[in-house]
Amino acid sequence: MANHLLDIEHLSTYFYTEEGTVKAVDDVSLQVRKGETVCIVGESGCGKSITAMSVMGLIQGPNGKVVGGKIDLDGTDLLQLDKNERRVIRGKEIGMIFQEPMSSLNPVLTIGQQIMEPLIEHLRMSKKEARKRAIELIEQVGISRAEQIADSYPHELSGGMLQRIMIAIAISCQPKLLIADEPTTALDVTIQAQILDILRNFREETVMSILLITHDLGVVAEMADYVIVMYSGKVVEEGEVTELFANPKHPYTQGLLRAKPILNQRQDELYSIPGQVPNPLELTESCYFHDRCEHCMEICKVRRPELRELGTEQKVACWLYEKEAALHV
Amino acid sequence: MSAMSGNLASGGAKAPFKANAVKSSLWRQSIKRLMRNKLAVSGFVIVIFMILLCFIGPLFSPYSGNHNNLAMMNKAPSAKHWLGTDQLGRDVLTRVMLAGRISLTVGFASMVLSVFIGSLLGAVAGYYRGVVDQIIMRIADLLLTIPSLPLLFIAGAMLSAWKVPTDYRMYIVMIMLSFVGWPGLARLVRGEMLSLREREYMQATIVLGLRDRRKLFHHLLPNITPLLIVIATLNIGGSILMESVLSFFGLGVIQPTPTWGNMIDSANNLIDFQERPWLWIPPGLCIFITVIAINIFGDGLRDVLDPKNKR
Amino acid sequence: MSKPLLEVNHLKKYFPIKSGLLNRTVGHVRAVDDISIAINPGETFGLVGESGSGKSTVGKSIVRLTEKTSGDILFKGQDLYDLSPQEMRKIRPQLQLIFQDPYSSLNPRVRVGDAIGEALIDHGLVPTDEVRDRVEEVLASCGLSSYHIDRFPHEFSGGQRQRIGIARALVLNPDLIIADEPVSALDVSIQAQIINLFRNLQETRGLTYLFISHDLSVVEHLCTRIGVMYLGTMMETAPRDELFKNPLHPYTKALLSAVPIPIPKLKRERIVLKGDIPSPANPPAGCKFHTRCPFAVERCKSEVPEFRNVGSEHHVACHLV
Repeated sequence: MANHLLDIEHLSTYFYTEEGTVKAVDDVSLQVRKGETVCIVGESGCGKSITAMSVMGLIQGPNGKVVGGKIDLDGTDLLQLDKNERRVIRGKEIGMIFQEPMSSLNPVLTIGQQIMEPLIEHLRMSKKEARKRAIELIEQVGISRAEQIADSYPHELSGGMLQRIMIAIAISCQPKLLIADEPTTALDVTIQAQILDILRNFREETVMSILLITHDLGVVAEMADYVIVMYSGKVVEEGEVTELFANPKHPYTQGLLRAKPILNQRQDELYSIPGQVPNPLELTESCYFHDRCEHCMEICKVRRPELRELGTEQKVACWLYEKEAALHV
Repeated sequence: MSAMSGNLASGGAKAPFKANAVKSSLWRQSIKRLMRNKLAVSGFVIVIFMILLCFIGPLFSPYSGNHNNLAMMNKAPSAKHWLGTDQLGRDVLTRVMLAGRISLTVGFASMVLSVFIGSLLGAVAGYYRGVVDQIIMRIADLLLTIPSLPLLFIAGAMLSAWKVPTDYRMYIVMIMLSFVGWPGLARLVRGEMLSLREREYMQATIVLGLRDRRKLFHHLLPNITPLLIVIATLNIGGSILMESVLSFFGLGVIQPTPTWGNMIDSANNLIDFQERPWLWIPPGLCIFITVIAINIFGDGLRDVLDPKNKR
Repeated sequence: MSKPLLEVNHLKKYFPIKSGLLNRTVGHVRAVDDISIAINPGETFGLVGESGSGKSTVGKSIVRLTEKTSGDILFKGQDLYDLSPQEMRKIRPQLQLIFQDPYSSLNPRVRVGDAIGEALIDHGLVPTDEVRDRVEEVLASCGLSSYHIDRFPHEFSGGQRQRIGIARALVLNPDLIIADEPVSALDVSIQAQIINLFRNLQETRGLTYLFISHDLSVVEHLCTRIGVMYLGTMMETAPRDELFKNPLHPYTKALLSAVPIPIPKLKRERIVLKGDIPSPANPPAGCKFHTRCPFAVERCKSEVPEFRNVGSEHHVACHLV
């Protein structure tokens, strides 16, 4: 599609373990438009992080492998690139921030050096120019005393500051797409608010698309234009954010929204989704959510529903909506 | 299974993952993983083979290892004597097997002693800390600074000077070896104990108000055991080597009792070395194969049991 | 009974910072800096704060996992620090702690049934032949089955392991349970299950909780009174409804506005704090919050605000209130 920046088609990433093959990402398709923020939300083991890592080419063999699909970034299929071409794309076209900033930074290089690296490498700046730009970037992410910070080492800074540095590095070459994998999960809530603010500001200033991965529905509500809900390696629902929160279709999405305690909305007993996430090694030919689902029908136990369009910008993979989906075609 | 809506029972009604697993302890998992490591398994098989060879083999031999038969001296390997005979006409194969008994026993026994002393002291030092820890560790440090081989040589020389009877020498060598072996072990065990004490589940035992004895035996010991097994196994190889070195220099078990070390020593002259390889190659090969097999097996054990490797 | 079950009076816990060749003490990390809490039987007190607030250290100091630096801890009127180690051990069943990480708080080599039953045996609370029954009973209350008794922790999911941790504390019939971030490591759908479990247990067994958390939405759900900590100091304490309706301290307001709410395009009054949480080893002078406070004035930089009662059991430490 013309205005899609990122177009993932039928991506599958498997992990080969001693006990069997884990289909971490199983036939996942999603699109991110220019300037849009798409959130992938799900709980542990749903495959959201692996999807992001597959886009960046960070899946390590021999145990992990992208076994199929196409990842199209503005015309280039990322899966067809060799190592060098991928390196050029990373940093210049795609920026990525991870959950643990401490382990993403090199402890023996100064902050300044680490921000300057991609500038020199990808934008071919001179050291002087790069240093100037690095200081600017540090200030842009809301850190005062930028000169001093540029000369410090990662271990001297707090988690919140490091994550801001990570953002600075990630956006330094003005990438078209920023992938953020649980960027605020390890941070305190007041720091999280700051970080999300910075991301929102950048989004407005440059026309940057963001693929944000999180398990926190509150963060999704604050940041997303479009939401993708994943469960056990598959997409179970996707839709525009206001619509999804107002009228969630898939029972899992409904359960997630109901289970989250909301500030100032007290309930006597919280709704909880019974049971737990299925073992990825013991998945059967059925809807993966069926044993936890209030509306489980006979067919749910034996066949997996496909992801179907229900309206503009709304898709569900659930047998409850078969008829509705058929009408929409 | 139809779902129940959010109530207490919901969390547990479903059976955990391995629904058909019979008590799947961590030990069983480890053994299964070990068996997948072909190298480790072959090491184990070789060790078992050597044990059987040395302890049961001589029962099948028509020769006793000590019967001198000068008529048959220095014969090369033949159908009658598979590995030939030595300077006193004794059958080399039988002697090699008998020697193996000594080497393996000494190696294993001194390991057991080292591990027992070392882990006891190390555990006490690590668990109780304070003065006890300081005393034990300073003694261990002291012993570690003294190079073990010269120390053993001196002790061995003293054995000869005091004309200690051959039978007792084996036991004394075991004690000597464990004397130099325990400090290193104590250090490792103490380190592990210090790290385990800080684990959250040990903090939980404090909050629950459990007795010391229960903490040590039910909680700490099972978690130290894997490390101990690895240390012990790798220690045996070292002990066997040390014993061979000692008896090579005539400072451990001496003739006529054969050990692999002193068998090599008795071929330690130009003619035997050059012209009668059947005298020194078999014992040498035995040392080599046994120690390597033990180490390969120990390595495999460590890959499987070492807590640092755990996911 | 109006006598509090637990009274924490002016608790301080300082960790020494050692440096140099001679390992001299060059400073202190003031993890807990004068905290006072009173919890009545049947109450749930929520202690809220971010990293460096010292909330976990408060919990650990109460059960003497770390030793206090100064202050009193009175449990049922008895000063816990007056007790000898043996006496403390005997009292422990009445005062239990539930840990945050379900993956490291259970010994991987001890079976679930043993982990739960051993304290019963060691304290002689129950005759040996009744231990198994008690274990089964408490497992059932926590939503697990007796089938789980012979299994090892690694065979369970995070949510189930947390239930085991709760069962382990519960089997001793404690009067007070201190829960240190018990749901933070769990997925949202499992969090809800565990929160419901806490609620149920309190109703059926008359438990009293000190619930430590960084998540205000969870705390709102479970607690009757809430205390907000920042850098080792208590900033505000109030009954739950009062705190959420009428937060007075700027930090409390900032915390409340920072919690992401799952309602898209919601218009909220945002207070975004500037700067980072200072290190507890070097806290700011005066009001510890002044470096990030949007409303700070001169006075806040030098004078420590008094923790005052402003009516309806609402206490705040702020010059502007």
